Amino acid sequence: MSQPKTKKETEDLLELYRQMLLIRRFEEASAKAYSMGKIGGFCHLYIGQEAVGVGAISALEEKDYIVSTYRDHGHALARGLEPKSLMAELYGKKTGIVSGNGGSMHFFDKKKHFMGGHGIVGGHISLAAGIAYASKYREDGAVTLCFFGEGAANIGSFHEGMNLAAIWKLPLVMICENNHYAMGTPEYRALSVKDVSVRAAAYDIARDHIEGDEVRKVREHVKVAVERARRGEGPTLMEISTYRFRGHSMSDPAKYRTKEELEKYKQGDPLIKAEKDLVSAGWAQEELAKMDEIILKTVEESVDFAEKSEEPPLGWLYKHVYAENV
Amino acid sequence: MAVLTYREALNRAMTEEMEKDPNIFLMGEEVGHYEGAYKVSQGMLAKFGEKRVIDTPISENGFAGVGIGAAMVGLRPIIEFMTWNFSLVAIDQIINSAAKMNYMSAGQFPIPIVFRGAGGAGGRLAAQHSQSFESWYAHIPGLKVLAPYTPSDAYGLLKTSIRDNNPTIFIESEVLYGSKGEVPEGEFLIPMGKSDIKREGTQLTIVSWSRALMYVLPAAEKLAKEGISVEVLDLRSIRPLDEEGILASVRKTNKVLIVEEGWNVAGFGAQVAYLIQKEAFDYLDAPIERITQEDVPMPYAANLEKSSLPSEEKIIKKVREMIK
Repeated sequence: MSQPKTKKETEDLLELYRQMLLIRRFEEASAKAYSMGKIGGFCHLYIGQEAVGVGAISALEEKDYIVSTYRDHGHALARGLEPKSLMAELYGKKTGIVSGNGGSMHFFDKKKHFMGGHGIVGGHISLAAGIAYASKYREDGAVTLCFFGEGAANIGSFHEGMNLAAIWKLPLVMICENNHYAMGTPEYRALSVKDVSVRAAAYDIARDHIEGDEVRKVREHVKVAVERARRGEGPTLMEISTYRFRGHSMSDPAKYRTKEELEKYKQGDPLIKAEKDLVSAGWAQEELAKMDEIILKTVEESVDFAEKSEEPPLGWLYKHVYAENV
Repeated sequence: MAVLTYREALNRAMTEEMEKDPNIFLMGEEVGHYEGAYKVSQGMLAKFGEKRVIDTPISENGFAGVGIGAAMVGLRPIIEFMTWNFSLVAIDQIINSAAKMNYMSAGQFPIPIVFRGAGGAGGRLAAQHSQSFESWYAHIPGLKVLAPYTPSDAYGLLKTSIRDNNPTIFIESEVLYGSKGEVPEGEFLIPMGKSDIKREGTQLTIVSWSRALMYVLPAAEKLAKEGISVEVLDLRSIRPLDEEGILASVRKTNKVLIVEEGWNVAGFGAQVAYLIQKEAFDYLDAPIERITQEDVPMPYAANLEKSSLPSEEKIIKKVREMIK
């Protein structure tokens, strides 16, 4: 996609850039807190993949649904979930988005139609088909967007979910964020295809494949799939190629890849790309720096909020094991 | 009072609930056009149409997940597994998604879903089609597990399950579908976590559920003729468990035999035995005994199948030993 030409286009890119930068800074703060032992469990960072989540989610309406993976921080922030409650969740505090019950892999926000981060690779794909199924059942016009990695494209739930979505023409957009490594296993050792989206052919559904380094391009392509779903023409399988700059999780030093490879991908950092486009469209570097400062402050406040929040009371241990019958 | 088969009672429960609530749908293999592999959904497609009685491909992981996803946004699916043996390929969805969603989301996403279908042993179906999974599912917090024996209990408990806001594992014994029993006219519900004394007695309590009662009840009848009075407690609800009901019976009879169709090791009966020794130890006049399926995959040969399962003879022999 070419650089923004009009003022409107430039402002549009600025907003998307702001969202990507928020994710980047939030993740950097998460990494720091994790290193200090403040955050437990696994912590899968989204750094490097921001253009995919921000671009894709910006193609949605409020009524649409998002189903995410264990790498859900970026998707949640792109959907507009509060950084404070997300950071507090990472800290395991009662003020967290799910009161400390979920942690990094299980952000949920019903109001925002954010249908969860799910920890079993690919297991969530048939859930996403179910949410889309409900939209068709109720004719509510909503589309469900499901993110997964290329590692999930080999699990049964992926194939079963795709087949069911295809035969029932569900309003579902499946986005494979291919970051080329399923934990430490490179894609060429695990995938029978070079492009996950070609598997759409096996289910006779639409497909698309793009590079995920330009946020507006991602949005344009996802929009096409979302509109197709909304028209009742069924699901789309997209592959959006991207790269994570950090390891699989905070506990992964990522020794299975070379420094050269990492450096090569860093040249395609979606934030640097967007920043360059903004500057060449006439946006002042100082203003961008000012925006960064505001974002850093927001993130600092979220850390401060998480630090100061209380842990959930022990009496909550059994809360929510079962839903009450009203 | 109407006499219904077990399958008719289940059908009546689903039909009545679906008439009331448009959010309920039935989904599974062969539930629609074929009218159910065991004919439980007979007539339902004609009544409710393809939107609400949905045939699926052979795809348990997929359609279990679809049901859970639909429940996340407020629908109330009934998912039929043709047999519980096939639920094993959906077990990730049942355990990792259905059972935990409400907890992981801090109460934002209850999963009001019923997973139901044929379970247990029977009909020389051999190792992969003859298994009781009550203990497996009862192990998981977040799930409720029911295993009714009579048509009346099947009706009342299925209605309760459909109205419950939690994922329910509803195990129907495949050899019971044709069994008949009186089902009271008019609508009634049976609460979960309430056992039923199927036969009153004074000398020994047999705790059992589902198809195993087919052996227990005639055994108790024969023992009565020998002058041995056995109380038969049908759990009906495995989780939640009627602890008080069990303990009350044990305090009355002072002896307990647990009969289950499932395997012995880590079987649910072991949990019942633990409960009794912990809460009613002083009331026991004999060690708690168990009769279970033998610890083998189910054999095909008729004689071996029979010998691997609980039976009237085994129960009578064990009770005589315990009463001595």
